[in-house]
Amino acid sequence: MSYHNEEFETLPRQALEALQLKRLQATVARVQASVPFYRQSFERAGIISGCIKSLDDLRRLPFTVKQDMRDSYPYGLFAAPMDDIVRIHASSGTTGKPTVVGYTRKDIEIWSELMARSFAAAGVHKGDIIHNAYGYGLFTGGLGAHYGAERLGASVIPMSGGNTKKQIMIMKDFGSTVLTCTPSYSLFMAEAAREEGVDFRQLKLHVGIFGAEPWSESMRAEIEQKLNLCAIDIYGLSEIMGPGVAIECREAKKGLHIWEDHFIPEIINPETGEVLPEGERGELVITTITKEGIPLIRYRTRDITSLTYEPCSCGRTHARLSRMTGRSDDMLIIRGVNVFPSQIESILMRIEGVEPHYLLIIDRKDNLDTLEVQVEVDEQLFSDEIKVLQALSHRIEKEIKDLLGVTCKVRLVEPQTIARSEGKAKRVIDNRLIS
Amino acid sequence: MKVEQISIFIENKSGRLAEVTRILGEAGVNIRALSLADTSDFGILRLIVNEREKAKQVLKDRGFTVSKTEVVAVEVPDRPGGLSQILQSLDRESINVEYMYAFVERCGENAVIIFRFDETEKAITALINNGFTVLEGERLYAM
Repeated sequence: MSYHNEEFETLPRQALEALQLKRLQATVARVQASVPFYRQSFERAGIISGCIKSLDDLRRLPFTVKQDMRDSYPYGLFAAPMDDIVRIHASSGTTGKPTVVGYTRKDIEIWSELMARSFAAAGVHKGDIIHNAYGYGLFTGGLGAHYGAERLGASVIPMSGGNTKKQIMIMKDFGSTVLTCTPSYSLFMAEAAREEGVDFRQLKLHVGIFGAEPWSESMRAEIEQKLNLCAIDIYGLSEIMGPGVAIECREAKKGLHIWEDHFIPEIINPETGEVLPEGERGELVITTITKEGIPLIRYRTRDITSLTYEPCSCGRTHARLSRMTGRSDDMLIIRGVNVFPSQIESILMRIEGVEPHYLLIIDRKDNLDTLEVQVEVDEQLFSDEIKVLQALSHRIEKEIKDLLGVTCKVRLVEPQTIARSEGKAKRVIDNRLIS
Repeated sequence: MKVEQISIFIENKSGRLAEVTRILGEAGVNIRALSLADTSDFGILRLIVNEREKAKQVLKDRGFTVSKTEVVAVEVPDRPGGLSQILQSLDRESINVEYMYAFVERCGENAVIIFRFDETEKAITALINNGFTVLEGERLYAM
């Protein structure tokens, strides 16, 4: 059993909740004082200062949604002056403007601390060599893991993503002991290593920390077998912090501990907003209670999970989230990129003659996500010349790549081949097995 | 001077071509000439048939995407270099051939080639001016 911060990671429930209440009150006061958006939304909801007397009072506060962040683009939700902001990250912005988040020095400290805790929970120690293949940049993955690794006192290799052959060479030559990347990229590496004649059993990797996309137990089994390491699930989102909001412990690997001294989780019914009891599946809502740069009150993550407060064999007292199984909106995560079917629809609709009958088929082939866009060819679209139809396919592929950053394959299909349903059209077939 | 061809979009999966020919056969439509262009995903079947409207209708009724295209039927002297002469005269006029295929029957001493041009009218004029015989559609459908 190893903790990074034993006192806080094993804080008795009562003390943890007392700390949460104190920090929640301070956060509510902070946003009321410094963020006009919250001042107004609290006013509309009849929230007066000092009305948070118990953790249950959290339920009275209004939700914050991604759209609120877009409407406040870029800095409208910041609760600290720009002078105090030392880092800015942003989401990919595939559905419009990116959502921008700012960190004060203290925010970065806390993020590093929570990532270090997460590494420790995964069984990583000082002395480990962390091969960090999360992307560095606006995306929070790379730098989040990097600072956490340094905080822990491990050695970090800032690989970022891509250049797989080199990744494998470095892992082999530098003796990497920990791998951090997306689960699908880990399997891609395993495949590439095999082609290079590198056997993962000869590498020193003992643990892999995988996140940023949903994955299943069967994928875990495959990763553990092919990469010869212990695969740990990590959760995070840039709006809340980045990676390290929650992580599985190596001892139990049964749910992801969410660091409750910094975040208060709730599970709601995504349709009604009603808070659900422990154990029920619903949408995860998170309130940050220590963030200075951009505190968020009851942020709807759209991720579907459940919550348990049952004691864990690892000794940590923090609640656990079950594996994320989907989204409460229709967002798809394809190769780590957020994609809404409606975005592809609007690209198709701009192309003259394209009927609103399309189907997205997502699969995982050779361990990488694939997207096929089926488009029905009607008389308006049809040409007796192959090159005209091929140009059409390529144009759609290019527009989707340019706008969403996702490579896809367009398949032209005969009319009426895409099933029409009575109610909501079925636009997506996701063949990736995530359960 | 133009000939009507029907073109059908066919997904590249087993049984689709058989389905088209079965529908046409049951409707009593006779195929005079055909060409199939294909890619890994789909194909385009181009047909000259005796009854165009009927062929088009029965296929549309069965959910196929069908279109009509104007093509040009040219008699080609049935001897070495016959086709080459035609293509050279088109080239001199900078007329581009989109695709071409041969008619299944011979017409007297000549073969018949079906051409699809990007500029149909200009091509017909050029062919006639160069002394080639462009066939009427009606003659072809009834062959």
